[in-house]
Amino acid sequence: CVLFFFSSAFTMIFSFFLFDRTGTCLYTAEWKRLSTFSNPPEATAKLMYGMLYSVKTFVQRISPTEPRQGFHYYKTGSYKLNYFETLSGLKFVLTTDLNVGDIKEDLQAIYRQIYVEYVVKNPYYKLGEPIDSELFKQKLDEFAKDLSYFL
Amino acid sequence: MSRNQQREVKKISGELFTLTYGSLVAQIIKDFEHDEEVNKQLDKMGYNIGLRLIDDFLAHSNATKCKNFQETVDVLAKVGFKMYLGIVPAVGNWSSDGNECSLILDDNPLSTFVELPPEHDKLLYSNLLCGVLRGTLEMIQLRVDVSFVRDKLRGDDATEIRLKLVETLKDQAPPSDE
Repeated sequence: CVLFFFSSAFTMIFSFFLFDRTGTCLYTAEWKRLSTFSNPPEATAKLMYGMLYSVKTFVQRISPTEPRQGFHYYKTGSYKLNYFETLSGLKFVLTTDLNVGDIKEDLQAIYRQIYVEYVVKNPYYKLGEPIDSELFKQKLDEFAKDLSYFL
Repeated sequence: MSRNQQREVKKISGELFTLTYGSLVAQIIKDFEHDEEVNKQLDKMGYNIGLRLIDDFLAHSNATKCKNFQETVDVLAKVGFKMYLGIVPAVGNWSSDGNECSLILDDNPLSTFVELPPEHDKLLYSNLLCGVLRGTLEMIQLRVDVSFVRDKLRGDDATEIRLKLVETLKDQAPPSDE
């Protein structure tokens, strides 16, 4: 219980989702969540994709300027959802606690240094299927733990 | 890590690259015999390369969203070709509706040492390129027909790849709940 108090004073990251262009959830990861998802991760991922899609469409529709950009993050009372979409339609999602700043560069780094290197360049990986690679998992985990806001 | 981190360009020997591609084509010719079939295989292989290459390109080029097809082809020629083949083809022969254009290659690194034997007069030696272009563009929502219209190897005065925009794909909506 005491731990809970401590941890809330630091910034943390909680979970990671990666979707492809068609909405298939390619990968999920969790760290340091204090509660488990109320649904199985697949169901959460499906809900999340629907939500991301709607928010993006809505945000673009009310955008007063061209080009109509998507969104980068939203905050609730207990977490922040950071979002990065590539031109090829990959969607990187990282939920963190509220204290982190702009982490767009970190999401881009995950794309460049981990997704491209260990997924795209892995000849055994079939495009559009969930990522089942130990190496990817390990590299992502290392990357996450190296982030300054990973407790 | 800086925002505009450019990839340090890793160089490999151009000859090794050209010869590797050459032996690939030679093997496919052995396996499939007919030139048309070989062309199709090369295109297919290129397509599968393109589907992956796009992410490598986007991750390392800092390319931003293009306003239209013209701009996309421009980036393709000036940044894409430069990055992967070290050449910058000229873009030209635009159709009046702006949906068709040509890439004109002065120099094709794939075919530096190649001379087509007369019995392979239908072979599109560098057809892999067409597939790569088709695959890459499809991943950024542009369905494009790509084909060789002229090839120096076949005795033409230039090497020309024709691109024709067929449709712009839409974002895919999430499947609705049953």
